[in-house]
Amino acid sequence: MRRVAGIAVPLVLLALLALVPLIGLDIPVVFNGPLDSPGTLGLLALCLVFAGVALTYDLLFGFTGLLSFGHALYFALGVYLMTIALTKWEWGLLPALGIVAIAGILVPLVLGAVSLRVGGIAFAMVTLAFAQAGQVLVQKNPDGLTGGEEGVGLNSDALPDFFVGVLQAKNLYWLALGYAALVFLVVRSAVSSSPGHVWQAIRENERRVEVIGLRPFGFKLLAFVLASFLATLGGVVWLLVLGTGATPTVTTANFTLTLLVMVVIGGAGTRYGALLGGFLYTLADQRLGSLSGSSQVRDLPAVLEKPLSEPLFILGTLFILLVFFIPGGIAGFGQRLRVLRRAAS
Amino acid sequence: MALIEVRDLNVHLGESHVLQGVSFEVPEGGVTALLGRNGVGKTTTLRALMGLVPRRGTVTLAGADLTREPTHMIVRRGVGYVPEDRDVFAGLTVDENLRLAERNGSPRYELVYELFPELKTRGGQRAGTLSGGQQQMVGIARALLNENSVLLVDEPTKGLAPLLVTEVAAALERAAELSTVLLVEQNLAVVARVAQQVVVLDGGRVVHAGGAKELLGDPERVRALLGVHGGQVRSDR
Amino acid sequence: MSTFILLTVTGLGLGAMYFLIASGLSLIYGLMGVLNFAHGAFLTVGAYVTWWTGTHVGGGPGIKLLVGALAGLAVGAILAALVELVLIRPLYQRHIEQVLVTVGLALALGALVEAIWGFDARPFPVPAWLVDTTTIFGARIPNDRFLEIGVALAVLLALTAFLRYTRYGLIIRAGVENRAMVTALGIDVRKAFTLVFALGGTAAALAGVLSGVYFGAVDPGRGTSLLIFAFIVVVIGGFGSIGGTAIAAVIVGLIQQYANYYASSGLGDLAVVLLLALVLLARPGGLAPKVAH
Repeated sequence: MRRVAGIAVPLVLLALLALVPLIGLDIPVVFNGPLDSPGTLGLLALCLVFAGVALTYDLLFGFTGLLSFGHALYFALGVYLMTIALTKWEWGLLPALGIVAIAGILVPLVLGAVSLRVGGIAFAMVTLAFAQAGQVLVQKNPDGLTGGEEGVGLNSDALPDFFVGVLQAKNLYWLALGYAALVFLVVRSAVSSSPGHVWQAIRENERRVEVIGLRPFGFKLLAFVLASFLATLGGVVWLLVLGTGATPTVTTANFTLTLLVMVVIGGAGTRYGALLGGFLYTLADQRLGSLSGSSQVRDLPAVLEKPLSEPLFILGTLFILLVFFIPGGIAGFGQRLRVLRRAAS
Repeated sequence: MALIEVRDLNVHLGESHVLQGVSFEVPEGGVTALLGRNGVGKTTTLRALMGLVPRRGTVTLAGADLTREPTHMIVRRGVGYVPEDRDVFAGLTVDENLRLAERNGSPRYELVYELFPELKTRGGQRAGTLSGGQQQMVGIARALLNENSVLLVDEPTKGLAPLLVTEVAAALERAAELSTVLLVEQNLAVVARVAQQVVVLDGGRVVHAGGAKELLGDPERVRALLGVHGGQVRSDR
Repeated sequence: MSTFILLTVTGLGLGAMYFLIASGLSLIYGLMGVLNFAHGAFLTVGAYVTWWTGTHVGGGPGIKLLVGALAGLAVGAILAALVELVLIRPLYQRHIEQVLVTVGLALALGALVEAIWGFDARPFPVPAWLVDTTTIFGARIPNDRFLEIGVALAVLLALTAFLRYTRYGLIIRAGVENRAMVTALGIDVRKAFTLVFALGGTAAALAGVLSGVYFGAVDPGRGTSLLIFAFIVVVIGGFGSIGGTAIAAVIVGLIQQYANYYASSGLGDLAVVLLLALVLLARPGGLAPKVAH
């Protein structure tokens, strides 16, 4: 029964989500327009992208126990390389995707092989350092490729028509949904495969894995490359969904930290936690940003209005409260309810 | 009433259920030895009494319930701890190691220096550069510095040369004059010399408790309870 | 030659600020096992309080700076102590949650500062004699560098003396080595935790004040941008080691300056990052002797 539910539930969810662009439902406050309007679809697409990217981070942190502070680097790699290939080098779509895919495997393979030589806090610091190097590289604007502070605009000529423009919001939504679904599928099957079991064993107790005769390094590197590659893909999808181009905000340590926040909010290491966390956080961030300009907030006294106008303040505070009271995140909370209910029955 | 009462102590370390309902009493005065094979949970028992590992069960000291108290409060009730492997602070000097252990206004330096004169001469030496035996002296001295009603001592003679073992045994006897001692020890000669009572652990439980002389005078019993490596019960030199 | 001297002194000035931030981070991690992401926020808050107080105090920039700095340091200390008591202490021994809480706090405090005072940089009260230069061996060195170096040296001496000669210093040094054994001696380490956090917060706020003087202005991103280098310094220097932190801070500051000038601009930051990776791969414990945790 559980196994059927395990396959049926995500399929049903996927089907429901796929139908969204065809529904003219209006959900006030949460969205600014009906579900099938381009604005709302664009927002939902963004939420789905981050749901997927958060899950890629969860693969590292929640499932394998690798706390990386440099995950943004691989997302940024997808964003920048794709933009540069399309705009600066004027390549076609397929060659651009090709180079991004190759880089998306090679770069984490090399950097991961170096970073994973150390563990724990040292690993976290090395990943932070590499990401910082990436940020510096982007700022330096070598050959004018990365555009420094201003970023690089996306030349959409090479993109197929069905991905460009406001009228194609539906297609972009389905693209984002497809990405999130792909990540979910890959992570699910990876985690329940034999390497996946080793990952979770590593998270619990790395020494025990060594005692069985396995070398954790290879498994950790596999998780690292897989998670980073999927994040790079996420960067490409993000680029297409937003349609504007590459900006340096995706290279910052703050960006990785928000991924961490997403994962923890949703519940690290759970089936749906990261997806939920990524989706809800992005939704809250975007909507709070526009709510802050609304008349209700502007009428508040300055003491309240100022902090509330910054989504990150509200989210940061909520996050702290969550860590205190619901450390398992939303999914963890759900699990606890289930346990309680089972105990009570 | 016994000075220390342990009831149904349960400790999990990782996935291992190390102590599965340990119950015993430590009478006031003298030395009670905690014996058992390697890995049976003797050190864990002491650490549980100190509150250094999460535990379930009840621990009382002179009638006061220690089970809910944090380590530093337990210690302030008059419990001295000499951990296995000494655990001196390598980066601090001998003097600093001792000073850190001071708990109230009248630390008993005269007693400590009388037992271990080397600690006075090596006062300024970094504890990390001391020999194993000297570090052991620091460990014991720390516990003796304050007036403690109880001393929890974990394998103080481990890895020491025979001459030092004798010194430590003598120090334990001296300490036992002033406090009740619960001693984990593999060296049965030392146990024979200093202990009046024994408690034997096996399989996470107490399997024997009684007089030290009775047990140690029965080699069959000793071999059964403590195994082949139960130690050499040599007569005193 | 004069350029070299200018670069060296500037590098030392930067290193001074890194040391001030890193010393707190190092002690906090070494003693408590907490990776305090909110440390940059202590810096930013200290800097902004200094600036804000300065705008409400009469007199020349010297007075504004002095009074403002006192306020900034006080607020930094109190804020850090409060954070430890309210957010960190209840999560004792839950290290992951402690780090997460500091992450949330860093994001929230950063956003708060930006919300109140805006995104743009604010000019810092800097007395004229600090802006002036002194010529040494042909190099025209801005005087503020000397202030930073002097302050950092004073703090280094004070911290070392505190650790060496006071009881709490003894407790901290022992606790960095083996926290459990300190409690086994009957000492309540939690008081030392709050103290270390407060000291770290004060030092970070001081770094904030100096950074305001160095850059002539404060902006909301200051804490975060300096924090990353402080992390690098702490890792290279070894957690819990003040001496190691000082040496690492000097090395990082100097490398940054030399590489930025002699190689190309921006390369200094890359070089520092590479240095971190190299040190970590060679000696995961940093330059200081291994600390038991």
